[in-house]
Amino acid sequence: MKVKFVETLKNYGIILAFFIIFVALSIFSPVFLTVNNIINVIRQTSIYGIMAVGMTFVILTGGIDLSIGSVLGVSGAICAGMLKAGNPIPIVVLATLGVGTACGFASGMFITKARITPFVVTLGMMSIARGLTLIYTKGYPISGFSAAFRLIGGGYILGLPIPIIIFLVIVVIAYVVLTQTKLGRYTYAIGGNEETVRLSGINSNFYKTLVYVISGSMAGLSALILTSRLNSAEPVAGSGYEMDVIAAVVIGGASLNGGRGSVWGTFIGSLLIGVINNGMNLLGISPYFQQVVKGLIIIGAVWLDQLRARED
Amino acid sequence: MDDIVLSMKGISKSFPGVQALKSVDFELRRGEVHALVGENGAGKSTLMKILSGLYRADEGEIWLKGKQCTAHGIKAMIDAGVSVIYQELNLIRQLSVAENIFIGREPMLPGGFIDWRKMYSDVRVLLKPFNVNINPKTKVYMLSPAYQQVVEIAKALSLKSDILVMDEPTAPLTGNEVDKLFEIIRNLKKNGVSIIYISHRLEEIPQVADRVTILRDGEKILTKPLVELTTAEIIKHMVGRTLTEQYPKISIPIGEEVLRVEGLSKKGYCSNVSFNVHKGEIVGFTGLVGAGRTEIMQTIYGRMKKNAGKIYIDGKEVRIRSVRDAVRQGIGLIPEERKHQGLVLGLSVQDNATMTILDKESVLGFLKQKKLSALVRKMIETMNIKTPSAKQLVRYLSGGNQQKVILAKWFLHNCKVYIFDEPTRGIDVGAKVEIYKLMQNLAKEGAGVIMVSSELPEILNMSDRIEVVFGGSIVKEFRRDEVDSETVMEYALGLRERTGQQTPLRAGVES
Repeated sequence: MKVKFVETLKNYGIILAFFIIFVALSIFSPVFLTVNNIINVIRQTSIYGIMAVGMTFVILTGGIDLSIGSVLGVSGAICAGMLKAGNPIPIVVLATLGVGTACGFASGMFITKARITPFVVTLGMMSIARGLTLIYTKGYPISGFSAAFRLIGGGYILGLPIPIIIFLVIVVIAYVVLTQTKLGRYTYAIGGNEETVRLSGINSNFYKTLVYVISGSMAGLSALILTSRLNSAEPVAGSGYEMDVIAAVVIGGASLNGGRGSVWGTFIGSLLIGVINNGMNLLGISPYFQQVVKGLIIIGAVWLDQLRARED
Repeated sequence: MDDIVLSMKGISKSFPGVQALKSVDFELRRGEVHALVGENGAGKSTLMKILSGLYRADEGEIWLKGKQCTAHGIKAMIDAGVSVIYQELNLIRQLSVAENIFIGREPMLPGGFIDWRKMYSDVRVLLKPFNVNINPKTKVYMLSPAYQQVVEIAKALSLKSDILVMDEPTAPLTGNEVDKLFEIIRNLKKNGVSIIYISHRLEEIPQVADRVTILRDGEKILTKPLVELTTAEIIKHMVGRTLTEQYPKISIPIGEEVLRVEGLSKKGYCSNVSFNVHKGEIVGFTGLVGAGRTEIMQTIYGRMKKNAGKIYIDGKEVRIRSVRDAVRQGIGLIPEERKHQGLVLGLSVQDNATMTILDKESVLGFLKQKKLSALVRKMIETMNIKTPSAKQLVRYLSGGNQQKVILAKWFLHNCKVYIFDEPTRGIDVGAKVEIYKLMQNLAKEGAGVIMVSSELPEILNMSDRIEVVFGGSIVKEFRRDEVDSETVMEYALGLRERTGQQTPLRAGVES
């Protein structure tokens, strides 16, 4: 019985935490529990929630992608530049996703072919992508796009903001991929024991590269939404996002050692981070102090993960 | 009797899917050496882990020196006088003998400085009864395993332990050192120390033990004074059946050649290896550890790149440049390092067993879930894999059942050649027989089987042909009926020249 209780807490503890924070904020902030604010929270969550879905694949293989914030930056900058040059929107969309995908592919190749650890490769990519963003934008924002493009981040379908719809679609697709496809099985298996996967005759390098491609393309997709929503591509856009994204995935129950985690968990983890961010803003907590809190959340989430690992 | 220092009553412990101990009683008298024997998985180490405070029993009581023990944890048990000397010694190799013995409770001078002089003299006093020449300042890694063990025992005594658990203490020792250890044990006994002695080497037990407790499948079978038991009786109680069926060899008609290896070489590991395997045949590879058997297999399997040689499957030459090529050609490896190379411990039986067939059993990347579950269910049934369900994580299965899951993985892939590397290492006797039977079923269905093993009885009884490897080459091939274990050993040790066309290669591997 006791085991069952611990098991339940392990699996649903995050929902409990979510619930407690939700109720507390509803009590302490009059604005929190309004339709406008809730929609606002989810819309903001969408941007890094999408990246968190990509990151889930990476973390499930036992890797990490620190570059996503910068990849979002460079994708957004190129998106803005191409729009300014008068390219049609479908081309711009494809190109933006392409930039993110290419960054992920490059990371994946370095990780699998040159056998450099994901931490180092993506830390390098983080710097490279940010540098390219600054070179491309010369350090200035690129702003002012057509109304049609601004719909991606600001439009509604059936009363729901488009970013939220995109986020939900991505979550569902990722769920299906992780539970119903070969890629999903291999993602978990590589994180559990890559050696065994390789010795079973599976091209593990291909699948490992693929998860970074997924992560990069999700950063590209988030870049589209953010650029459209802000009507501007900032040279420092996305900076520090990797913190929120990794925190969301780990809080969602994924193990940094790989092999354990779920999209469902990441979805809840993202919402939790979104609510915490929103709550701190509503309660007037200074942005400086917010950074401290987020650092503590990351450490706390990894600590929880260690406790879970010890049980195995 | 009041000289009972330890009494464990009705101890039960279960792990997910396994009941490791079922209401086990165990007692230990003052100054007694009590041997604890049983097969792998019988529950010996679980019982000792409960005693040492590493695990907590689900049910049962522990009484130490007449008092019920309520505190829990490793520290509490050490304080109560229980010390465990583990198989893998728990010393810090880079620290000195004295530092290891007094770690965490170094004698101090005022101001937080260590009182080295007192520490060294205390260690000399501690080591004196052992009659060994060990300098307290020596770093532990410079000592032989036997001396390291002495240091462990001295550490336990310095903790005022009067109950010592020795887990396979003779495993790393040579003959003389074993005698020395037994002398130490006898001395400890005289001083009133009680010892729980765990060993797989049954021939040692009459030399040291006063009483014997036998565990099987988590239950206590008996506790008896040693003089009332013969070794044969001990074995009988350990396995619970007589072992005539230990090697269920059946005769299988040998078919066409399925694998041929010609002149295979890998610099530094093996050279000019040639052999073949037929359908229905089990070819045993034996030799000393480090002779290159595993490396030969890894080279065939594409895990190591070969420098020279040709590989034929069904008479056709195939190019194997990676593991993927080998698997595609129908070669499956059941590795020695099951947990590190054969399984993903955190995944289910189903996910492990179907790993090799996801390509075949998916459409556009989407898995045929129903088909996969059905296949796995059939495997669990036909291979008699003991698991609560296909969703159980393989981590929680016993060694024998884990091995069966790996087998299922390759069986589903429908391999032509199965390479078993030490197929029964760490697997208890009952499961061994099942693995042999499964191995023969594979042969019967027309596969070729290679079995690499250090266990000569297994090689001699299960193989149709035996290849002896020495210094990275095959030095001798025997048919099953023309050889005995002494002759095989002589070739494996390099004491006999190879026969046949190839030139001798005695100084190990060419480089």
